[in-house]
Amino acid sequence: MSSPPSLLSLSIDAAVFNLHIISDLSFLPEHILIDLFLRTLKAGKLTERILKIFIATGKDEIISMIQALNIQLVTTPVLPTSKLYFNPLCYLDAQTSSKSERCLTFFFDSINIQVHEKKKKKEPYLIFDSIISSWLYHNMSQVTIDRNEVDIVIAAFRSDLTSFLEEWRPIFSRFHLIIVQDPDLKDELKIPKGFDFDAYTKSDIDKLVSPSNASMFSGYACRYFGYLISKRKYIVSIDDDCSPAKDNNGDVVDIVTQHITNLKTPATPLFFNTLYDPYRKGSDFVRGYPFSLRSGVPCVLSCGLWLNLADFDAPTQSLKPELRNSRYVDAVLTVPKNSLMPMSGINIAFDREVVGPAILPALKLAKEGKFRWETMEDVWCGLVVKVVCDHLQLGVKTGIPYVWRNERGSAIDSLKKEWEGVKLMEELIPFFQTLKLSQDAVTAEACVMEMAVAIKKGMGSSHPELANAAGNMVEWVKIWKEVKSRVLV
Amino acid sequence: MASSVTPTPLLKDELDIVIPTIRNLDFLEMWRPFFQPYHLIIVQDGDPSKVIKVPEGFDYELYNRNDINRILGPKSSCISFKDSACRCFGYMVSKKKYIFTIDDDCFVAKDPSGNDINALEQHIKNLLSPSTPFFFNTLYDPYREGADFVRGYPFSLREGVPTAVSHGLWLNIPDYDAPTQLVKPRERNTRFVDAVLTIPKGTLFPMCGMNLAFDRELIGPAMYFGLMGDGQPIGRYDDMWAGWCIKVICDHLGLGVKTGLPYIWHSKASNPFVNLKKEYKGIYWQEELIPFFQAATLPKECTTVQSCYKELSKQVKAKLGKVDDYFNKLADAMLTWIEAWDELNPSKQLAKGK
Repeated sequence: MSSPPSLLSLSIDAAVFNLHIISDLSFLPEHILIDLFLRTLKAGKLTERILKIFIATGKDEIISMIQALNIQLVTTPVLPTSKLYFNPLCYLDAQTSSKSERCLTFFFDSINIQVHEKKKKKEPYLIFDSIISSWLYHNMSQVTIDRNEVDIVIAAFRSDLTSFLEEWRPIFSRFHLIIVQDPDLKDELKIPKGFDFDAYTKSDIDKLVSPSNASMFSGYACRYFGYLISKRKYIVSIDDDCSPAKDNNGDVVDIVTQHITNLKTPATPLFFNTLYDPYRKGSDFVRGYPFSLRSGVPCVLSCGLWLNLADFDAPTQSLKPELRNSRYVDAVLTVPKNSLMPMSGINIAFDREVVGPAILPALKLAKEGKFRWETMEDVWCGLVVKVVCDHLQLGVKTGIPYVWRNERGSAIDSLKKEWEGVKLMEELIPFFQTLKLSQDAVTAEACVMEMAVAIKKGMGSSHPELANAAGNMVEWVKIWKEVKSRVLV
Repeated sequence: MASSVTPTPLLKDELDIVIPTIRNLDFLEMWRPFFQPYHLIIVQDGDPSKVIKVPEGFDYELYNRNDINRILGPKSSCISFKDSACRCFGYMVSKKKYIFTIDDDCFVAKDPSGNDINALEQHIKNLLSPSTPFFFNTLYDPYREGADFVRGYPFSLREGVPTAVSHGLWLNIPDYDAPTQLVKPRERNTRFVDAVLTIPKGTLFPMCGMNLAFDRELIGPAMYFGLMGDGQPIGRYDDMWAGWCIKVICDHLGLGVKTGLPYIWHSKASNPFVNLKKEYKGIYWQEELIPFFQAATLPKECTTVQSCYKELSKQVKAKLGKVDDYFNKLADAMLTWIEAWDELNPSKQLAKGK
């Protein structure tokens, strides 16, 4: 029985297996790089792209090996391998390599686990796969964003969007915009030139949905119409009273890149990482983080934050009128499983294909108004989508990117309205915390339908607005399915 | 709730600083401006005949292995040898309300403006303000100046719960395990994240003992750092073990755990090959341990930390004994620890909350 392969050897093998997504190897210690190069040759995977990546490391040993082997950029990308196997040790700093090999072989040899051979081989791979995959996420080149994957949805509460869009031009101009006008706004929308956009007004909403359902899209909820008719994978959505913010280095925050990066890297809801998002450059999983959880789950919702006017409720803002958020917290983290949070609709992004049906307009307060602190529709939506994500093993991140939120309206005036939303939250939290969905609910649509039934049953009789919300949820899923199947507009 | 900018109390008569050491305490010179008002408890690991020099001007008590054996008698078996886990002896003998523990390779860090960070002051702020484990606040700690609860945060939850633990972070050498250190030997943590947040109820986390503060009266008996080091099959999991235990107990008793600021500067990267040897069993065992702690529930009759901890040790024996015999020994050691704790801290039977 041969001794099991060393940890180092397994990681290099895994890297060879994943070569197609590697774009930079300059951080690797030279002796590991050389081993990787040789195994790449042996596996017949030395393509032009890969060769260039090795050359780009600038390491002398690699360059001299390439010259010694007379490897050239020719049209035949795969080199014959049978004659090219070298003993890597002859190229390495003998002390370092042999010490690594020795200690890591010791690691395996001294595992005194009474398991059968098959499992024994599996366990090391588990750890390796997770180290390598998180390693690769870190060292991949910056997440590339295909403009065809993204729709930017804006709810317009004023008809002249010129100044708003000019501010966002450097970041938004290469993407498609969906602008949905507040149905109560009568004037025509003014949009500056140079944007690829589609605008929707009350009449568009009325054409698509029945009159009874059109009220679902009033006020701040008009943006959901944009989510509904979008045909792209990712939505980035902000309120029209936000401007680009600057980070601690004074650079303008590109919210689209950050949101999409959040969505394209895994989330880690099952165990808390004290260094926050482990997939960010310069970060990783800390000691004590179980390896089986390091591949994470797909992230489907990214909740951003706000500088200047943070999303406080009216009582808080009235009590502390001077309170402005000036703290830029340079972190994004996953909201742990089973932990609910108040989602703010001011600055979000999500994977429409996976979780779109759960990003829904449902709760309408009787005295809902045109200021954020007079609404609860996004907070309700956040509770629903978090329960759905926890059930479907999907992730929600919160933190960067920041937007700069501008002054608008008077908190004290809003305070005069009755606080039904605030009172409602007291009961909603315990209810949502104990809500359990069945094993059969395996899609966002199915989860939402089950939740609607539970809400109507559990709280509908005591709270008519919640019975309405449950009804809206059912209607939303119906409309969503209809729009999806028609592939229209 | 609104926090006016009142100066943070020093708490110099209510807080002990516990430092495990095996080499020297030179690092204290850098901390002098911040630590000098406080009483230090030094737990000397390793060879007791070695004399550890404490810099002039500090008020301290020092315990070596001989002292530990003398004070605890046969119960000293629960205190690890040749591992920084021995620091928990310092928690046991302290007579103060709060503990701050720090490693001897941790120095004063600088914030982004270039000012020295008074880690102790931040820990005290964290411990003296409530935690919010029942609902996540997207603006992090709402009790910090310049922050508050966001829209949608239920008012009934805005009083928070008492904070039992404040877990700080590290700039420079990050707290990575051996495999990660081997793959990324040059990575340094340079990102200063200006936040403190409560770890939500029901969520476990990897607690690092390098820069940690806690309320001894609220959670002290659960801060046992386990059996590590000499004669034990595992090392570098002492703080992890304590972290999982305290989180289950804090969740049960309605206490809060915060993480984030303050940062210290971690200067020394331990040898990854040595670490690998110490950690490897832990790396495999944690796959069983995490589900165990995630599923652990405590009966409502357990209203004190000690009763919670004893119950937990029973469950460790019942469910983890089959993973390895080590856990039988550990469960026994957990009980020994509680006995020793109660012996040295007789008058207070700690009740739930304050």
